[in-house]
Amino acid sequence: MDVQTWTFILVGISFTLYIGIAIYSRAGNTKDFYVAGSTVHPIANGMATGADWMSAASFISMAGIISFMGRDGAMYLMGWTGGYVLLALLLAPYLRKFGKFTVPDFVGDRYYSSTARMVAVVCAIFVSFTYVAGQMRGVGIVFSRFLEVDINLGVVIGMVIVFFYAVLGGMKGITYTQVAQYCVLIFAYLVPAIFISILMTGNVVPQIGFGSEIKGEEGVFLLDKLDALSQELGFSNYTEGSKSTIDLFFITMALMVGTAGLPHIIVRFYTVPNVSNARTSAAWALIFIAILYTTAPSVAAFARTNLLTTINNTEYAKVPAWFKNWQETGLIKFEDKNNDGRIQYYNDKSKNSEFIAETKKRGWRGNEVIIDRDIMVLANPEIANLPNWVVALVAAGGLAAALSTAAGLLLVISTSFAHDFVKRTIKPDISEKGELKCARIAAGFAIFIAGYFGINPPGFVAQVVAFAFGLAASSFFPAIVMGIFYKRMNKEGAISGMIVGIIFTAAYIIYFKFISPEANTSDNWLFGISPEGIGTLGMIINFVVALTVARFTPEPPVSVQNLVENIRVPRHMGDD
Amino acid sequence: MKESEIKRKAYWKANLITVSVLLSIWFFVSFGCSILFVDQLDNIRIGGFKLGFWMSQQGSMYVFVLLIITYIYLMNKLDKKYDVHED
Repeated sequence: MDVQTWTFILVGISFTLYIGIAIYSRAGNTKDFYVAGSTVHPIANGMATGADWMSAASFISMAGIISFMGRDGAMYLMGWTGGYVLLALLLAPYLRKFGKFTVPDFVGDRYYSSTARMVAVVCAIFVSFTYVAGQMRGVGIVFSRFLEVDINLGVVIGMVIVFFYAVLGGMKGITYTQVAQYCVLIFAYLVPAIFISILMTGNVVPQIGFGSEIKGEEGVFLLDKLDALSQELGFSNYTEGSKSTIDLFFITMALMVGTAGLPHIIVRFYTVPNVSNARTSAAWALIFIAILYTTAPSVAAFARTNLLTTINNTEYAKVPAWFKNWQETGLIKFEDKNNDGRIQYYNDKSKNSEFIAETKKRGWRGNEVIIDRDIMVLANPEIANLPNWVVALVAAGGLAAALSTAAGLLLVISTSFAHDFVKRTIKPDISEKGELKCARIAAGFAIFIAGYFGINPPGFVAQVVAFAFGLAASSFFPAIVMGIFYKRMNKEGAISGMIVGIIFTAAYIIYFKFISPEANTSDNWLFGISPEGIGTLGMIINFVVALTVARFTPEPPVSVQNLVENIRVPRHMGDD
Repeated sequence: MKESEIKRKAYWKANLITVSVLLSIWFFVSFGCSILFVDQLDNIRIGGFKLGFWMSQQGSMYVFVLLIITYIYLMNKLDKKYDVHED
């Protein structure tokens, strides 16, 4: 059977499964809709968190990014996993004890202020929307590449599927479909990785494989060969870094703290029955995530080695079929600059003048290939000559990753609107039924807007991801941590901290990304920190401002101080 | 001060110590071994990996998982000791 038939079959089966689960787990009341009735098993919640977290970007793009960055790619690996340690140790158990449904719930109640609640609502909605637009686009892209369906039709199909389980089942429907989606996406990621590892190193475990000797070349380690190949073509060594240490430090920190502050991840910990389950669940979540995240760097190294050995100086007429297949999609671009009928792939911007002189002597007139980073995962099975069903599996996995993340984000948007805005702010006497209806309408409306952005993507989607993490890092994380660990923190401190933190971070990102992108170089950055890492500084500013303001303003009321005491222990002590 | 108040303070203090120790390891492994001292560690080799490279792309993540598991173990023990565990 050909790839397309396999793709239709696998995608069809997985979609039927998702819809089946959605019908089976309808939400009966608002507690079901917001937090799945707080009855989710910690392992199931761990899987759901994994699927919620790992988006189209993790699945499709991450290995490719690492492949081109080499060692520095670790900032994404560590940034997007290390945040779970913060989440498990500093936030999840306490927020679970607090109960209720959302992040703005906590911020509003802890800081006894509807202003604080509204700041949190606006942040939650903004962060979630920037994220969700990219997901819907991802769904469209997978559809168009693998099924030759128009991108826009792909987005609409994705919208219908998400609408089905998010609107019907709310958190309950989303949780159980995410469990299924995790299984699909992890299987789809591991199968090609294991195949390639066996082919290249004879080792079944990719994590060990990329540190092993190459099959058929006794005594040559894969990473050493990759370093040698990179040098030969003028690239910097794969296992060495090129980013400045301070920037690496700040970006990694911003990603970690941002991860711990993302509302769609935090709410997942409200869905388990109790505090100790929240802790266990965080461990499961990180284990499930680490399975993919530790595989990604090996996929990156294998793909890079394959690419460098197969492409450079190959006659175009003899190039493997995948090269031409992906050329048609525009993800590989080739231009024979020196008309020698061969492909030259090398670093023509190398600072090594000897190397450049050597390439000129050979008659090379510049790099002739532009390779999209997404190809490292999407085309990997074809590059390694894997069976058709494996290629199709990658499509189903990419869709699972994009849909599960989109659903989690849409739920945050609808909950923030129906619960934090309507119920807690403008119409407290709304009935249970009315609130549930309102949440469903908000979810439907959010899907519609997300779909619109998927079809008409704002040109800045990639840039705004830095926004989502920066804002989460500079607003939610400090406010929640101080809310738990510093009883004396009051509303004046928390609100001014959040506002100053957000404004600083947003202004820095907007300046370098939108107002004068041409100035976005390390010479102009504050302390050499790029816009991607500025959230860390925003967070520090937030802490400093909040602590200073709190010193000069009245302490929080006794009821709030009791609330803090209460969330610090899993269960009431004997006599109080 | 009531007895429960003293116990609660002691529980919280023990909790803070646990969290600080674990977060120091978290910081040391990720920002220390994988960013600040990565080049020095790269001089040590284990099989086909340079140690700094391995820490940043593999080791740190394994340590993160172990840290959370250790945290669960220590906190469950602490909860029992102070009789604040859920049934």
